[in-house]
Amino acid sequence: MNLMMILEMAVSAMGDRVAFQNGDDRLTYQQLYDAAGALAASLDDGRTKHLAMLDISTLALPIGVFGASWAGVPFAPLNYRLTDPELDALIAQLNPGRLVTDGERAARLGARLATSDGGDFVAVDTREALLATTRAADAKPREAPWSMDPDDTAILLFTSGTTGAPKAAVLRQKHLVSYVLGTVEFMSADERDASLTCVPPYHVAGMAAIASSVYSGRRVVQLPSFSPETWLETARREQVTHAFVVPTMMSRIVDALGDAKDAGLPSLRAISYGGGKMPLSVIEKAMRLFPNTDFTNAYGLTETSSTIALLGPQDHRDAFASSDEKIRKRLVSVGQPLPTIELEVRDGESGRALSAGEHGLIFVRGEQVSGEYRGKGSQLDAEGWFNTRDGGYLDEGGFLFLEGRMDDVIVRGAENMSPGEIEDVLLTHEAVLDACVVGVPDEQWGEAVAAVVVLSPKGQATVAELQQWVKDRLRSSRTPERIEFWPELPYNETGKLLRRKVREALRDDG
Amino acid sequence: MAVYKAGMRLKSAVCSSQIMLVVAPARDVQLTCGGAAVVELSAPDASGGAIDPAHKQGTQMGKRYTNEAGDIEILCTKPGEGGLAVDGEILSVKGAKPLPSSD
Repeated sequence: MNLMMILEMAVSAMGDRVAFQNGDDRLTYQQLYDAAGALAASLDDGRTKHLAMLDISTLALPIGVFGASWAGVPFAPLNYRLTDPELDALIAQLNPGRLVTDGERAARLGARLATSDGGDFVAVDTREALLATTRAADAKPREAPWSMDPDDTAILLFTSGTTGAPKAAVLRQKHLVSYVLGTVEFMSADERDASLTCVPPYHVAGMAAIASSVYSGRRVVQLPSFSPETWLETARREQVTHAFVVPTMMSRIVDALGDAKDAGLPSLRAISYGGGKMPLSVIEKAMRLFPNTDFTNAYGLTETSSTIALLGPQDHRDAFASSDEKIRKRLVSVGQPLPTIELEVRDGESGRALSAGEHGLIFVRGEQVSGEYRGKGSQLDAEGWFNTRDGGYLDEGGFLFLEGRMDDVIVRGAENMSPGEIEDVLLTHEAVLDACVVGVPDEQWGEAVAAVVVLSPKGQATVAELQQWVKDRLRSSRTPERIEFWPELPYNETGKLLRRKVREALRDDG
Repeated sequence: MAVYKAGMRLKSAVCSSQIMLVVAPARDVQLTCGGAAVVELSAPDASGGAIDPAHKQGTQMGKRYTNEAGDIEILCTKPGEGGLAVDGEILSVKGAKPLPSSD
């Protein structure tokens, strides 16, 4: 199995379709295949063991992904927001390798890698050089075919991790190919369909989108740097039919539309979102502004090759229209597992599988589940199950609700509590725009519950009032002993709430 | 008879079909397309063989084919006129409910 096989199929069925577009520059499937072949030939130098790409989304990205797969070299997209010391730590794990980046970084890193520990790095190239050489008229493809070994490593993705050094999740060819075959119908997209992609390359959704889009035959319109205005403008100009956003992007798009009655994007048939928790108020507003658009919430992890559960368009509509509180609540669920995924909620201590309504840890099993980190091996258990370390529960209809990372669980006395449950209650208060609950060290209880709250522009609430609000709705142990008001919460650029930063700030102010 | 491995690419000896093994059975089987044993993708193109009329179901690009037992799954990577079979059992298209696009 190899991602190249997916591209080869697209070439033979629809070689002249546009596969990727960046501004006015385009690559058809055939051109992408040819460029990938040329890159594979150049990677075939007997030394290069990794292809790292430290860049925003450009046409060099799909060429890199497929070219590396053809050459049998793992592709590692790196986070361009990291500092130089952070990058050094990652690059050290990718030696000997080749790095592709923008011109400014290529000059800076090239000089450093040549002189420091990264001495045996093969080369640092610019994105422009890669695009020019692989698309040259006289470029020759690699003669040898790609390997079909399902166990070859396709992609290394560094996970952010809340503690310690970043770990590289290993996604093998079999994981990605299984994901695509199990979730996407070949050539199911219409020739006019286009998908607007604005997640960064180092996010698993960005990688999955490349493989899925090629197999479905859907043109990818890259939006290298997100702003709500450019997103709306590009979606209109390109008559985009599909889009994936992280919740913070959706929230900013909704804000940017202001008092508009309608987003004015009739061509947009489907929006999928994932990568973090979507606030109920945002999805409700979005559904009003995009009345003819299908919404899909996707839940997945880097270690599971992207999506493992979906809340589909009909689920959204049913929940939105329902007056039954239980059904309505499903709008903030992540839906049901994919048909190709087995999912269980288990008790954290006994490991017993739990029934509907019981809170525990989410375990998954399936062909697309890697659960492997470089240097640490597979984290799957003997039966192939992966502990996502996400807490949650299934409702009676099998809808999955997430309640945050196991690492974020607050242990007060002997009681475990999930921040999500308390945050959800705070968020139902009309003055509360955003909330983050964390555990802070406490002499008596081990940990105490603390909350940071962002008030809405016109909202007003006192600490005592919010404490009472929680007390009236949850067990008294869950009442935050401390509440601070902040102008905003720290998020990373893909919409993940940085609880670690909140915890550190609260600890520092005592 | 042969033991196949997941990821193997094979082709029909009597039509243009090409396939990849997605799930390979852990046993010796006879895998045929158009009634004739499939061959390695790199094998020279055979000539002259005809499709067995009982094996003319055809293969469709991107469709996955499976047997009743479900221990074999084959992806068609290039279509042809022959039908796939394992030990004489004609394989059928694996029906999958279409999923909404999630990335």
